Amino acid sequence: MGTISRGFSGRRSAADVKLPPGQYLTTDFPVLSAGPTPHVPLERWEFTINEGTDVLRRWNWKSFRDLSTENFTVDLHCVTRWSKLGTHWEGVSLDTLFADVKTDAEYALVHSYGDYTTNLPLDDLMNKQAWIAFRFDDEDLAPEHGGPARLLVPHLYLWKSAKWVRCITLMHQDQPGFWEALGYHNYGDPWREQRYWGD
Amino acid sequence: MSLHTYDYLDGNAAAGELSKIFAIDVTAAEGQCAHCGTIKRFAEAHLYMQCPGVVARCAVCEHVLLRLVNVRERVLFEVRGMTYLSLDTTQLQKSGG
Amino acid sequence: MWRVGTVVALHDETATARTIVLEVPDWPGHLAGQHVDVRLTAPDGYSAVRSYSVASAPNPEGRVELTVERLPNGEVSPYLTQEVAVSDRLELRGPIGGWFVWRTQQTEPIQLIAGGSGIVPLMAMIRSRASAGSTAPFRLLYSVREPRAVFYNDELQALSDQDRSVIVTYAYTRAAPKDWPRPPGRIDAGLIANATWPSNLAPTCYVCGPTSFVENAAGFLSASGNRPDRIRTERFGPTGERK
Repeated sequence: MGTISRGFSGRRSAADVKLPPGQYLTTDFPVLSAGPTPHVPLERWEFTINEGTDVLRRWNWKSFRDLSTENFTVDLHCVTRWSKLGTHWEGVSLDTLFADVKTDAEYALVHSYGDYTTNLPLDDLMNKQAWIAFRFDDEDLAPEHGGPARLLVPHLYLWKSAKWVRCITLMHQDQPGFWEALGYHNYGDPWREQRYWGD
Repeated sequence: MSLHTYDYLDGNAAAGELSKIFAIDVTAAEGQCAHCGTIKRFAEAHLYMQCPGVVARCAVCEHVLLRLVNVRERVLFEVRGMTYLSLDTTQLQKSGG
Repeated sequence: MWRVGTVVALHDETATARTIVLEVPDWPGHLAGQHVDVRLTAPDGYSAVRSYSVASAPNPEGRVELTVERLPNGEVSPYLTQEVAVSDRLELRGPIGGWFVWRTQQTEPIQLIAGGSGIVPLMAMIRSRASAGSTAPFRLLYSVREPRAVFYNDELQALSDQDRSVIVTYAYTRAAPKDWPRPPGRIDAGLIANATWPSNLAPTCYVCGPTSFVENAAGFLSASGNRPDRIRTERFGPTGERK
């Protein structure tokens, strides 16, 4: 540990709430990104569910926005140690998007516009655990936070909630995404503090 | 597809972290992007450091040049995005180990 | 890798920026333009690292000066500009960087272009030139919001008064002094043409400031004929903070 800096506490707030181990509460909304913010014009936006070379489902912005949506409030836990509680979103449940999708694939690789990817078991996207969110705090999702639409999987560390989501590829074999390939835990459960390989 | 929102730093910003890997100052190193072939000083790379690691991208094509992640006492590093990096051996880091 | 420096002096440069003077016992020395990483650690182990350019010229006393601008939503800069006191200790890593440096052996014309807090490493170059007794021709184009935001004002004034080979031009972007010949605005091609070394002198150019500022200024330098390998850049974050 480094030399203690007298009087320094950082940007954290004290809290009486239970946080996952090693997390700090924040009241702002840090913007983290591994690359340039993609700017996707809505008339060109699409979201697909693929398996191999097959496109199983495809939505453009209009057909996506015609789907039934949910308003939900969730806690966010970032592997860089900040947690933001009680965040309000509107989005389409992955259960809605996967209705009528028949697959025996067990894994998903999520792709963003740009080159970001993240992997997770398909089961973790189902059963009210994940959404494609397009509104935050009653406003259209800002590009810096993943707009026009991002994946939200709040029960896992936030790097799994791919911003600027473009498609979900179903796989029979797991394949590590952008951070999972370089030291970050393949699954990423904040309550078991699964930050890195070997945790 | 992306407009420049000037949300990146440059190779100078990552030099401290990269001094864990390189014995020679990396900002003055010349490197070639494996994707588009551009040759530039590492100081000119676009750096994204507000994320769970350090990501250096080519200033021309934005493909990843190299990445670094700190995992407890280890540092993970990959440089698949460069064909080569050329460093001046007379410029050993003064700060040592 | 991390050394500990002791704060020996503090002084305000502007209402929001402060210079911290550190003594670092085993400092290996530095070159003008280099920076350090500063690491702050809270009692519970939480830590934050930020990069700051060294403002002081190379010196044999292990004296490292940092000029820090307080950012409105900063996590570290409010601590460094308001909380840190003389005799406090700070952890540093460095000196870092071998490209964005000016060495006293350089004799060619030097063009410095600063955007806001980007003046800090360029001031180290100006100070290094002075302490080495160099006569290399220096021009500084210093873009800043308004006169009250200028760092090192008295020192720059004295330098350009007494040394004709250090030419300082201010470019105000929000509010200029009364009767200022140029209305407030960003750097443009006209200012580059009037206030920088002509490119046929083949100056080495150093541009430092927020990323958008650097891209803009370097673009104009390039368009006016300076070759890319003669333009060295250092980008701070969009708000001027470098992390």
